[in-house]
Amino acid sequence: MTKYWISSETSVEINDAPDVNAVHFNVDDKNIMVSAGQTIYEALQRMPGIGEIPALCYNPAIRPYGACRLCTVEVSEDRGKSFRFVASCLYPAKEGQIVKTNTEKIRKLRKGIIELLLARCPDVRVIQELAKEYGVEKPRFSLGGHDCILCGLCVRACQEIIGKSAISLVNRGIYKEVAAPFYAYELGEECIGCGDCSYVCPTGAIIMGSNGKPVLPRVKIPYAEVGAMTSKEKLSTSQK
Amino acid sequence: MVEQVRKLLDRKLKNALQLEQLRQTILNDKDSSRVTVSVCGGTGCRASGAQAVVDAFYEEIEKQELQVKIEFKETGCHGFCERGPVVVIGPEKIFYQHVKPEDVPEIIAQTVINGEIIRRLLYKHPATDEEITYESDLPFYKRQMRLILGTNGEIDPTDITQYIAAGGYSALSKAVLRMSPEKIINEITRSGLRGRGGGGFSTGRKWQSCRVAEGDIKYVLCNADEGDPGAYPDRSILEGNPHSVIEGMIIGAYAIGSNQGYIYVRNEYPLAVEHARIAIDQATDYGLLGENILGSGFDFKVTINKGGGAFVCGESSALIASLEGKVGEPKAKYVHMSEKGLWDRPSLLNNVKTWANIPLIINKGADWYTKIGTDGSKGTMIFSLVGKINNSGLVEVPMGITLREMIYEIGGGIPGGKKFKAIQTGGPSGGCIPEQYLDTPVDFDELKKLGSMMGSGGMIVMDEDNCMVDIARYFIDFLKGESCGKCTPCREGLSKLSEILNRITHGEGRPEDLETMQDIGEILDIGALCALGRTATNPVLSTIKYFKDEYIAHIRDKKCPAGVCRKLIEFSIDPEKCTGCGVCARACSTKAISGVKREPHVINQGMCIKCGACFDSCKFNAVIKR
Repeated sequence: MTKYWISSETSVEINDAPDVNAVHFNVDDKNIMVSAGQTIYEALQRMPGIGEIPALCYNPAIRPYGACRLCTVEVSEDRGKSFRFVASCLYPAKEGQIVKTNTEKIRKLRKGIIELLLARCPDVRVIQELAKEYGVEKPRFSLGGHDCILCGLCVRACQEIIGKSAISLVNRGIYKEVAAPFYAYELGEECIGCGDCSYVCPTGAIIMGSNGKPVLPRVKIPYAEVGAMTSKEKLSTSQK
Repeated sequence: MVEQVRKLLDRKLKNALQLEQLRQTILNDKDSSRVTVSVCGGTGCRASGAQAVVDAFYEEIEKQELQVKIEFKETGCHGFCERGPVVVIGPEKIFYQHVKPEDVPEIIAQTVINGEIIRRLLYKHPATDEEITYESDLPFYKRQMRLILGTNGEIDPTDITQYIAAGGYSALSKAVLRMSPEKIINEITRSGLRGRGGGGFSTGRKWQSCRVAEGDIKYVLCNADEGDPGAYPDRSILEGNPHSVIEGMIIGAYAIGSNQGYIYVRNEYPLAVEHARIAIDQATDYGLLGENILGSGFDFKVTINKGGGAFVCGESSALIASLEGKVGEPKAKYVHMSEKGLWDRPSLLNNVKTWANIPLIINKGADWYTKIGTDGSKGTMIFSLVGKINNSGLVEVPMGITLREMIYEIGGGIPGGKKFKAIQTGGPSGGCIPEQYLDTPVDFDELKKLGSMMGSGGMIVMDEDNCMVDIARYFIDFLKGESCGKCTPCREGLSKLSEILNRITHGEGRPEDLETMQDIGEILDIGALCALGRTATNPVLSTIKYFKDEYIAHIRDKKCPAGVCRKLIEFSIDPEKCTGCGVCARACSTKAISGVKREPHVINQGMCIKCGACFDSCKFNAVIKR
């Protein structure tokens, strides 16, 4: 008989018999039992208190994307002999696996990611709070003036839930941003003004404008990065 | 020639016998009294003007009506790009280098007709000044093992009959007519072949998991999206011997049970695209692609898909996204591609070099293949040896050769008697390996131990004039520009790394920078979504590990020991050596140098932009760079 937690308060004692509809695994030294077909992050969402995983690009209504990397955990599938780092929002919960959500390496990784995000978006409250929680005081890097962390939730909500694809992520690397078709910043007919993008945005970077359409976050590129831009890119930035 | 045989044939090949008969016909038709003249038509030689040489040969042959005497062909890359355009003559392979169009009449009159050697076109050994006549005697080729690249120099890639004459498609007929898929996979697994795209995963195991994966439709993919700066092995194989890749793909498709293949190739490789397209058309005409291949009942088609120019699309999941018509961004690969790949169907993706190895293994057997290489890495590997090296070009070496042998024996050492500093292996995300590890054998595991990797076959040699901080800055800037921007560590981390490295090379480094960069390195290593991000910090971390003193010189002393970082160097004139000739003053674009004729000149530091024109123009070494 083994004790398995099926929610944060309730545990059951069962024989270790295989059950096709359930997955039994270990999270931070606690055995848990969840229904099959979930990711690690989904499974732990329903068990507050077991495992501690922050995430910024996750929303239960939208397919996971794995961009913010804050939900990275250590997973072992060989009974703890070797661990690897995976994004828990994408990684399936599997029978018998061992998950560590709060090791020293993980905390260091999250702290590092938060430091990078805080440097990008120093004025965003949710990131400031995370920074406080993980002990990031002041980023060691130059500060940007963004509000958007490019988690893609707005784009995915517009595509998956609304089915309009009125906005998308364009460009790549540090020049990536959210924009309307043909790289426009003003939304036209394609947007129905439902406000979903603004609702799912974790940082409050998209607000609804007076015309009933969302106002997209403008990327403010910090000076140090402007130096590495081509003249054409500088021109397009200055025109924004 | 093609047309003659086609008329003779007038039908698709229906069985192995017909393929062998065709091969015999082509070989019998060959007039052995004709002298073969092959001009390298690879991209390297084309850049040195090979097209004009080819045109001159055609013109001269036509003019003198020598078609019956000369068998002329424009082949794929011969490898010795440093000496291009390269012309190789006759069965004994007389090797002429740096051939110009005006040399062509002389080559035809003297060498082809009279059999005399033109000495000024021969390769001279840099150390002994000895003239070397034959290709096989060149030190560049002597230590190589050109199992795959060898055919490149023998055949015209746009003519399938030449590939067939060289034994081509015999592995295909053996595989699809006489071997079961299980036996093929077993043979590939036993050969120990590992993925040549950089991952180094066992090819046989990959094939096996794709064969057992559930699904009625499966795909075979060829990764020819080679975007590393300075690396071009995939390009040269696809340009010079596209049929070997196609043959490998057909065998792979038969082994896993697939009927559709895709070649994902960079649009920036126009010649590779064209040659692959011609090869697919010709193979289809001959019944080697399409329905009922060689009467086996097995169907297979190959389609070419051109990439849009993103480096990250060489990563398998981004490549698949791009093939599906989506933005080329990587996805998490927690479900293997061999189960859910292109359009969520089982897919088998291999690199160009891996595919080109397949016919060889099928023909000669796994036992033969395992004799080449080291315990963990079998066979040969193709590298593009470039940078500060005498014999730059494409080299194919057995696994396990040491870096020293590659640099000093094949590569002929560093030009100008300069001192070797480092070699970067594995493309932009590879590490820089210093002198003390030059005796390391080249194989997947050994390079990884040194903080570098095999990658897709790039090898860049650096000498004492290269600043390692500047090298790290260059590669991080490249990767920052190529990062797709999806995951936070890669997008933000690389941009901050680039910011710090740019600051250090501008003399604004801070004591804590090294630690900060190592912290970012750790975040990328475990946190990034795909291999681009996870390996991106190799150039920084390996240079910090092996060349820490250079970083300290930049950060603490504000000096660039190699004299590369402009903000950290100063030009001055040695009054003892300066003859007052005035050449430097004329070369200076900002008029920062002044002085009376025949008297020592001086540089006005306020006006100097540190372009180095004075340093380069002075014949008396009087300009000092510090």
